[in-house]
Amino acid sequence: MSHFDLTILVIDENAVRAAIIEDGLREAGHAHVTVVHTVNGIARVIETTRPDVIIIDIENPNRDMMEHLFQLTRSVSRPIAMFVDRSDSASIEAAVEAGVSAYIVDGLKKERVKPILDMAVIRFNAFSRLQRELADAKSALEDRKVVERAKGILMKLRNLSEEEAYALLRQTAMNEKKKLADIAQSVVTAAGLLM
Amino acid sequence: MNTIDHPDIAAPAITSGPEQTHLRAGFIPLVDASVLITAAELGFAAREGLTLDLVRDVSWANIRDRLAYRQFDVAHMLSPMPIAAMLELGSNPSPTIAPFVLGRGGNAITLSARLFETMQAQTGLADDAGALDCAKALAAVITARRRDGERPLALGMTYPYSSHNYELRYWLAAGGIDPDRDVRLEVVPPPMTSDALAAGAIDGFCVGAPWNMIASEKGVGRIVATKQDIWASSPEKVIGLRPDWADRNRDSVSRLIVALNAAARWCDDPANHGALADLLAQGANLGAPVDIIQRVLAGQFALDAKGNARVVPNYFVFHGAAANCPSSTQALWVYSQMVRWGQVAYSPEAAATAASAFRADLYAAALGLSESPCEEGVADAFIDGRSFDPAELEAYVRSFITPNQGATA
Repeated sequence: MSHFDLTILVIDENAVRAAIIEDGLREAGHAHVTVVHTVNGIARVIETTRPDVIIIDIENPNRDMMEHLFQLTRSVSRPIAMFVDRSDSASIEAAVEAGVSAYIVDGLKKERVKPILDMAVIRFNAFSRLQRELADAKSALEDRKVVERAKGILMKLRNLSEEEAYALLRQTAMNEKKKLADIAQSVVTAAGLLM
Repeated sequence: MNTIDHPDIAAPAITSGPEQTHLRAGFIPLVDASVLITAAELGFAAREGLTLDLVRDVSWANIRDRLAYRQFDVAHMLSPMPIAAMLELGSNPSPTIAPFVLGRGGNAITLSARLFETMQAQTGLADDAGALDCAKALAAVITARRRDGERPLALGMTYPYSSHNYELRYWLAAGGIDPDRDVRLEVVPPPMTSDALAAGAIDGFCVGAPWNMIASEKGVGRIVATKQDIWASSPEKVIGLRPDWADRNRDSVSRLIVALNAAARWCDDPANHGALADLLAQGANLGAPVDIIQRVLAGQFALDAKGNARVVPNYFVFHGAAANCPSSTQALWVYSQMVRWGQVAYSPEAAATAASAFRADLYAAALGLSESPCEEGVADAFIDGRSFDPAELEAYVRSFITPNQGATA
């Protein structure tokens, strides 16, 4: 029996991240993967799917609710939290930092579970990186917009060419040891107050 | 090995190597984290040469796991958690000790405003009815609902091994309600309780401050009992440590207890409650409205949105009346309730294990107190008129097992 026979339940309120995890599990050959985005009605899901491994994001306050459920349903036989191998502190740290927590049915061999957890950690991190890049891209776009507006204001008020307006902003930013976008924002704000 | 021992020279405080003085402390945003937050932020820890880094968390399961996995050195915990850990109950139990209690009080039971109105309409319950009368009125409503084929009421609490779980169950049973058969108990994260109540997902809950007050001020809930009504001596939150870590850092543990003790004394002084409320209200701590926190600290309860109010003296006790002492009486009472509700079997050995979670010896050593620093012995009365004498633990536990409850176990 290979580790691909494990039944895995992913609980994540973030649908995009859940999809990324699910993809990873399927790519690794796991066919029995269930994904839910809400803990409402989770008791029934656990009852019907009988998961061997449950992956839930660590920031989900409903972990406490899950643990109560385990006491009530007993359909997951004594699930234990997170790590089969407590001495493996590097993996533990990596998982906590990535925001992964998991429950594993007692008695499951750690060799069978570790690849799943490692994959979840990698995918959680990939998701965070994606989010960060998205936020960076968004703020870069915002920056560019505000610089354009500041340039326009300077061109109009001081009769500068576009190049000169940009050079003035850059020089000021360098002199003041501030970001170009911050100087541009001050110009826009000041113009709003003065005009 | 003992050849260089000099019996006439007092042992040094630090026994083995440099100890850890920079501690990471996990907490859940609740008023009963006051002592820990104050120790970290108002200089009480620094005065003892410790740096306490506070880390806010979202679930007790996280707190437990992050202490076990050494992400935290110190944890704000529900008092039953170290006991459950020592008894190896629940998911991922890992040895945990409690050398300091963060205080008493703070919990209350709130029912939905609609349910309370039904109780009044059906039983003539007074606006200022006591906690026991409210439980009995609830029992009458539950009987009527069952007769009419309505769904069982759903009540929220915070964690299977929580004072809230045992207090809610104690209150229900005192009113004649079987918590496992007559109602459905669910875990609801405290910050979500008033929304869950408003949405009708639950019909009531038992949680810590300030969440009862928030539900009552919004007009969605009616506070029907406080912790004082059920058992005034009940410990609420404790400081949890890993025993192996505590062994290797004895001096730091002592300093931590001294710092927490001073912080607790400061928190208990009503003159400091304004400053404490401001500190707690900050976003990184609780992030709740400062006026509500102030009223919580003063025990001024708005019972509902209609203006019914009640002042609960000593609603929070952070320090006075030996509130910080982790007494074995308290640990054994928690154990008695774990047995009562089928979480663990009774045995004298298990009782000893449960009692070993609360380390009054470490508390006493740090503060230079006598060997039995807690006011042990028979605890004050409970809502149902019983009292708890730890010397009669087995008889006490058996007294709860009525033929009725025996059938469900």
